[in-house]
Amino acid sequence: MLIAIVSTVVFAVIVWITLVNTPGWHAVQQSFFDPATWAKAWPRVFWGFLLNIRVLLVAAAGVAVFGTLLAALRTLKGPVFFPLRALAAGYTDLFRGMPLIIVLYLVGFGIPGLRLTPTRVPAEVWGTIALILTYSAYVSEVIRAGIEAVHPSQVLAARALGLSRATALRLVVLPQAIRKVTPALMNDFISMQKDVGLISVLGAIDAVRAAQIETATAFDFTPYVLAGVLFVALALPMIRLTDWYSARLRRREQMGALL
Amino acid sequence: MSEIVLRGENLWKSFDEREVLRGIDLELSSHEVVALIGSSGSGKSTLLRCLNLLERIDDGRIVLNGEDISDPRVKVDAVRARFGVVFQAYNLFPHLNVLQNITIALRTVHRLSRQAADAEGMRLLARIGLADKAHEHPDRLSGGQQQRAAIVRAIASKPDVLLLDEITSALDPELVGEVLALVRELGDEGTTILMATHEMAFAREVADRVLFLDAGVIVEQGPPAQLFGSPREARTREFLRRFAA
Repeated sequence: MLIAIVSTVVFAVIVWITLVNTPGWHAVQQSFFDPATWAKAWPRVFWGFLLNIRVLLVAAAGVAVFGTLLAALRTLKGPVFFPLRALAAGYTDLFRGMPLIIVLYLVGFGIPGLRLTPTRVPAEVWGTIALILTYSAYVSEVIRAGIEAVHPSQVLAARALGLSRATALRLVVLPQAIRKVTPALMNDFISMQKDVGLISVLGAIDAVRAAQIETATAFDFTPYVLAGVLFVALALPMIRLTDWYSARLRRREQMGALL
Repeated sequence: MSEIVLRGENLWKSFDEREVLRGIDLELSSHEVVALIGSSGSGKSTLLRCLNLLERIDDGRIVLNGEDISDPRVKVDAVRARFGVVFQAYNLFPHLNVLQNITIALRTVHRLSRQAADAEGMRLLARIGLADKAHEHPDRLSGGQQQRAAIVRAIASKPDVLLLDEITSALDPELVGEVLALVRELGDEGTTILMATHEMAFAREVADRVLFLDAGVIVEQGPPAQLFGSPREARTREFLRRFAA
């Protein structure tokens, strides 16, 4: 333990000394780590960050519902359901292949062009929809893998009790499936925490956009660093939680316990 | 002769090209305990699964209490709820506690209130001496305890027929006794039971009638004393000889 601390401190000091002795350090410090710009940019960037959090929460809920629905569609059996299965499969292929930023442009600038709504819909709403469309494709694949990992004998037991296909899926299969893939789902969530910053390309005043505005007025990149720090601070607890949960799951599996 | 609860007429079932059931006729009277014996692959499990519609028969007719349940228009979920099934590998739901396992069908299929379902579940658990395990998850129970919980899960909704599919085959030998004791009790109480089993001694003691299944046909049937004591068919004699050896 002591050795670890000493070695970490020594390593940090070496990195620090190397960094501050680089020829361009002074200029970089001025334009990326300026305390005054940081303080001035804080209110607007933080306000924008709150929008990111709101979008994240709504998008996560939307993805949970839509992703599960897609996964359920893909596990339907029987030739009658072929169109639904094919549709869901085509959907996941399309949205897993398409870069999120292009989905954002198409949804954010394309759908408003159809003039479906009488009033202007805020950019963050289109951003949220684009995030849901893209992430549902990923999440549905994860959930589908979980569903397929649940042993068929579980479905057999549920059906033998007279549970309908839908009830068996809801009460027996999905709870076990989600448990099996929770670490993967948490990783997708972490990844989405960062990607909510991309809604700025539609003009929504989120943390990234706010930082851009502050940067333009201060001629200094410190607001971007501030926004970056905020995103990391948001992600860290989730990252730790995912690590902890994955380790716990691994331990339980190695003990031979059923999940 | 008491009334017929379940009747299978000329049941055929094949998977791909393999014919597993080849014209099975059987009848199960109310309160009767019938043992189904035969080597692995003889079609015992398939027969049980066809009877409660977990598998669709290719041809034939299944009649439950006078109703033709092999009719394609029949609601399969409702029919399955009238059977109790216990599997070789228990198939308890690992994410639910023992009480929830037992009450899930009562609540979702039979629409009992939570209180009523829990009360019934606790009564059943008390009966098999597992009331103190009600809120444990199945993996905390021994194999014998899990299988007994699976049996009460199957009888919780008071099915017309209880189907047991080699329920002791996955158990350690010292745990087999407690499970068979419960089956014997249910039989004595008048539960109608059809059980596929490898426990010849148990079949002989508990069953009213024994069916010997070989290559998808019922080769011979009769009271245990006759079938085990003086089998008429050569194939039955050979099967029993292999078991005795």
